[in-house]
Amino acid sequence: MTSVLAAGPSTGRRRMSTIIWRVLTYVALVLIMAPAAWLLISVLAHAAPHWRWSVLWTTLTPTGGGLRDQILGTLILMLGVFIIAGTIGVLAGIHLAELARPRKRSGKASGGPLRTASDILAGFPSIVLGYVGYTALVVGLHWGFSLLPALIILSIMVIPYIAKTTENSLRQVPTGYREGAEALGMSMGYGLRKVVLKSALPGIVTGLLLALAIACGETAPLIYTAGFAPTLPHSLTGQGAQFPYLTYVVYQYYNAPETQYHYLAFDAALILVVIVLLLLIASRMIVTRTQRHAEGARTRTRTPRRPRRPEPTGEPLDLVDLRR
Amino acid sequence: MTAVGGVAGSVPATPQAESIGKPPLPKRVAGFFRRNEEHAWRWSARVAVVLPLAALVFAVTVLALKAWPAIRVNGWYFLYGRTWTEGSGYGAVVHTDGVAHPMGAQYGAWAILWGTVVSSVIAIVIALPLSIGAAFALTERLPGWISRPLGLAVEILAGIPSVVIGLWGILTFGPWLAKNVFPIIADHVPNVPVLRYFRNPVGGGEGLLSAGIVLALMIVPIITSTTRDLFLQVPPLPKEGASALGMTDWEVASKVTLPWVRSGIIGATVLGLGRALGETIAIVMIGGAVLRIPVNIYQPFTTVAATILTQLDGAFTDGTGFAVATLAELALVLAIISVGVNLVARLIITRTSRIGAPVGGA
Repeated sequence: MTSVLAAGPSTGRRRMSTIIWRVLTYVALVLIMAPAAWLLISVLAHAAPHWRWSVLWTTLTPTGGGLRDQILGTLILMLGVFIIAGTIGVLAGIHLAELARPRKRSGKASGGPLRTASDILAGFPSIVLGYVGYTALVVGLHWGFSLLPALIILSIMVIPYIAKTTENSLRQVPTGYREGAEALGMSMGYGLRKVVLKSALPGIVTGLLLALAIACGETAPLIYTAGFAPTLPHSLTGQGAQFPYLTYVVYQYYNAPETQYHYLAFDAALILVVIVLLLLIASRMIVTRTQRHAEGARTRTRTPRRPRRPEPTGEPLDLVDLRR
Repeated sequence: MTAVGGVAGSVPATPQAESIGKPPLPKRVAGFFRRNEEHAWRWSARVAVVLPLAALVFAVTVLALKAWPAIRVNGWYFLYGRTWTEGSGYGAVVHTDGVAHPMGAQYGAWAILWGTVVSSVIAIVIALPLSIGAAFALTERLPGWISRPLGLAVEILAGIPSVVIGLWGILTFGPWLAKNVFPIIADHVPNVPVLRYFRNPVGGGEGLLSAGIVLALMIVPIITSTTRDLFLQVPPLPKEGASALGMTDWEVASKVTLPWVRSGIIGATVLGLGRALGETIAIVMIGGAVLRIPVNIYQPFTTVAATILTQLDGAFTDGTGFAVATLAELALVLAIISVGVNLVARLIITRTSRIGAPVGGA
C-alpha cells in the first residue's frame, strides 16, 4: 500500500505521455489510411490515361485487344461460387446456429469439432488448397485446367466464411421470434424459413457479397486449377478447357515486354477494384437499410424524419418488444 | 401504410384472408411438404456442415500421400538444409528407399521457411501497433461521422485483391520506399550484430522489407476491425471510473482498456499471422521469389507459398515426379503451420470469451 503514496510519474510526464499517446494513435490511423488511399489512386492513375471502353467488349489477342472473356470468366466464377458455396455455406451456418444440439451454456464458449474444422479451413492457405485441387482434381480426375476444379476449390475456400456470417446473423435473431413462431403453431421448418431466416437475411446476404469479393480477387489457387486462356472455353472440364479470369492478367502481364499488355494489366486491376467496391457498397447499403428499418435499433430511433411508427393498435403483442 | 386502422373500412385484407388465399397446392402435396420440411432442413444442413471437415481431411490426406516419397527421401534435411536443387535433368535416375529421383536432387527448405517466418514477423511487428493505435483513434477519440467512413475504408482495404496490392507494391510503393525511406534507415544504422542487417545496399524495392510492409498493410484490416469491435465491448464503467480517479487517457488505455481485451487482440494477431504466412501472390510480386536467404533486409527472398507457385512449372520438367512431390511436402508443411497457428488462436480466443464473460452481461 505504500505504492499509493509513493511518488509516481510527475504531472508533466503524465501530461506528456497522454499527448504522445493521442498523437501516436492519429499517426497510426494516418499510416494505415494514406497507403490505402494511395493504392486506390495509383490503380486509377495507372489505368485512366490510356483507358479504352472497348476493353470491356473485345477479346484478348496477341497484339492486345480487350478483356471481355476475362471479365465474363471472373463473373462466371463469382456466380458459380455464389450458387455452390452460398447454398452449402448458408446451410452449414443454419446447422451451427439453429439445429446443432445446444451445448451447455456454462463452460466452453462454443465447441464442436465441426465449427473448429470450419474455422481452420477459413485460415487455410489458399495456395495449399490450390495445390490439392491441382493434384486431386486437375491431374487425379483428369479434369485438366478448367472451370469445374476452380469452382470447387474457390467454393471450399469461402464456405467457412459464409457459414460464419450466416451463423452470426442467425444468432442475432431474438429468441422471441422463434418462441413466437412456435407459439403460433408453426412447424420448426416453416418457422425457420418464414420467421428466422427472413429476419437474418440481410446479414446472410452481406456475408455472401463479402465472400464473393474474396473469391473474385483470388489468384494463386486459380493458377493451379483454372489455368488461363485468352477466351472462354466450351466445356466445363477436359483438355483445352482452360479458363480466363482477371487476376491472372494483372499477375502475368504487368511486366510483359509489350506496353499494350501493361495497359491490360492496369485495366484488369481497375476492373477488379471496381467489382470489389461495388460488392462492398452493396453490402454496406444492405446493412444501413436494415439498421434503419430495424425496430429498437441502436441508431437513430424516432427521429422526426420517421414518424410512421405503427401506432399501438389492436394487434397482438409485438414480438419485437420481447427484445432486450 | 398511413394511419393504420384510422378508417375501419380502408383496411384491405385481414391476415387470415391472405394466408387462406395462398396455397394452390393439392392438400396432400402441401401436407407432404409440411411434414418433411423439417427433415429436409435438418439433413441438408447436416451434410453441409460436415463438408468443411471433410474438405480439410481430404486436403491433408491428398498432400500427405503425394508428399510421402519426398518425405522419405528428403528426411529431416528438408527442414534445415540449405541446398535446393532438382539434380541433373539429363543424368541417371537413382533410387533411394525405392523412390526414383534425379541424381543430385537435394531439397533443403531452410531459406524458404526462414523467409516465411521472417516476413510474417515483420508484418506483425508493423501491423500490431498501427492497428491498436488506429482502433483507439476510431473508437475513443474521433466522432462517429469521421470514424464510420474511416472504418469503411479499412473494410475496403481488406477487400482489395492481393494481386492488385502486389501490383501497386512492385510498381509504386516498393520503388518509393527504396528511394525515400530505406536509404534513411540504411545510412544511419550502426554496424552492430542485428542492426547490421539493415545496412546498404537498399536495392530497388523488391525484397524482404518491402514485402513485409505490404503484408502488414494486408493484415492491418483484420487486426484493426477485430480490435475496434473489442474496444467497443469494453463496458464504459471501468473506463469512467479510471478517468474519475484522475487517470490520463494513456493510463486508462494501458491499464484498463488494453488489459481488458488483451487476449482478444492476441487472438486477432495470430489470425493475421496465419493470413501473412499463407499469402502468395503479393509475395511473389514484391518479394522477388528468389530462393536464398537475403544478405540484408532489402534483398529478394521467398516464402513457402511463393515457392509452391513459382516452382510448379519447373517441377514438371522432373520426369520422375520427385520435384512435384517435394512441392507437396512444402504445401504440407505450410498446412501444418497454418493449422497450428489457428489452433493456438482458437485456444487464446476461447480463453478470452471466458474472461470477457461480464461484457454485455445483464
